[in-house]
Amino acid sequence: MNWSWFHRLASPPHVYALAARLTPWFAWPAAVAIIAGLWGGLVLAPPDYQQGDGFRIIYVHAPSAWMSLMVYVTMAVSAAVGLVWRIKVAHAVAASCAPIGASFTFAALVTGALWGQPMWGTYWQWDPRLTSELVLLFLYLGYMGLRAGIEDPQRADRASAVLAVVGVVNVPIIHYSVTWWNSLHQAPSVMRLAKPAMPLAMLLPLLLMLLGFTLFFVALLLVRLRGEVLARERAASWIREVVSA
Amino acid sequence: MSRPEGTVAQAFRAVGEPTAPGTAAGFAVSMPRAGALEAARLALLRDLQLAFRKRGQLVQPLAFFAMVTLLFPLAISPELARLRELAPGVLWVGALLGSLLALEFLFRDDAHDGTLEQYALSGQSLTALMFAKTFAHWLLTGLPLALMAPIAALSLGVATAALPGILLSVAVGTVALSLIGSIGAALTLGIKRSGALLSLLTLPLSLPVLIFGARATQLAIHGESLLAPLELLAALAVLGITLAPLASAAAVRISLE
Repeated sequence: MNWSWFHRLASPPHVYALAARLTPWFAWPAAVAIIAGLWGGLVLAPPDYQQGDGFRIIYVHAPSAWMSLMVYVTMAVSAAVGLVWRIKVAHAVAASCAPIGASFTFAALVTGALWGQPMWGTYWQWDPRLTSELVLLFLYLGYMGLRAGIEDPQRADRASAVLAVVGVVNVPIIHYSVTWWNSLHQAPSVMRLAKPAMPLAMLLPLLLMLLGFTLFFVALLLVRLRGEVLARERAASWIREVVSA
Repeated sequence: MSRPEGTVAQAFRAVGEPTAPGTAAGFAVSMPRAGALEAARLALLRDLQLAFRKRGQLVQPLAFFAMVTLLFPLAISPELARLRELAPGVLWVGALLGSLLALEFLFRDDAHDGTLEQYALSGQSLTALMFAKTFAHWLLTGLPLALMAPIAALSLGVATAALPGILLSVAVGTVALSLIGSIGAALTLGIKRSGALLSLLTLPLSLPVLIFGARATQLAIHGESLLAPLELLAALAVLGITLAPLASAAAVRISLE
């Protein structure tokens, strides 16, 4: 099998061009899936028999929470690839992931708090999922802070990659310890997301939103990656050709 | 100020010096090289010796811990019954912040005078040396904090029967805290004014230790068996011992590049 397409992924000019070509292939399906999912979730799906229309925020909250974890894992995997094989593009991918992941985490926290107001009667409850999400936000902020704090870009790449790998080992430990802590201090939470019998009219839009958010993340990542590659390679000669073309 | 460089240098000499005529520059292993354990032992002794020359710094985390404990009765209420309920939180937040405060000194001086660079070039396992340094850090901050915790607990109205459990849980928990902190300290080595960043990196990773430690302390205060959270704390410490020195050695190498 010919692996040259794979090896070329380590070349910044190739990745820059490839990202430009691939972006619409993710952006448009993302837009379609999100619009369809929102239509299905906000209009077609029946109101919940307990939560009424309040439950509909799940269509933004759950995909954001899902993305916040998935982006962290993506970031850690690409950081590890960069660390082990010393591939600059992999570090650029990790650097592009962090702000996107932090935004998704923030969105999950805000929508969770807004959901909490009608459901729990308070904006913030020390619910294990929300607490883990908050810690995840701090992990993202630490990663971005470390990257910003080190001036030499290569050192920043490698140091933050170590942090991302350490973080991804710790995420499950933090999650389970927070769950354990919470089960000691309060009765099981009002909100149970994992209802087995979610009717199809509610579930289908949620799956569409998950798909849409994932595609949206990839499209955003490709756009950010191009910016990141441009900034890192600003001294290279191929940049001049790209910019003047 | 003279530093006890001699002992460590002996362990590393075999690598750095030409040993026999006619062999390539010093890297022939004709002279027996000290093992990783011996190098780690010497690095540990060196750190302890240096620390005891600056006794003033040793007291700082303890004074800080005592200060934090004092803040709570002043801020909340002098009633011992209420303070006893809050004691696990007070003790653990104090221990966490005290050990965090001392982290900045873990590698800073050694990075300044080039000792870390010598460690990295010595041919000895940097992981073992990092473990030795972290262990020295625990002996100098974690252990004193653990010995201090029962006294602080007494001042918060905790019964004497609970004190051994508190001492044990803080001693085990601070092992994990020192190890987690060593990664953060190594990552922020080259950064100026790294204090806030160091706490942002270290605190989220320390949360499991805080949770299990506070729970163990709470059980000890209520006179129940604290075995379950204590075992989880020990598991975290073992996980830290196996993985954290690897990560901090990698981070030190990166910061020296």
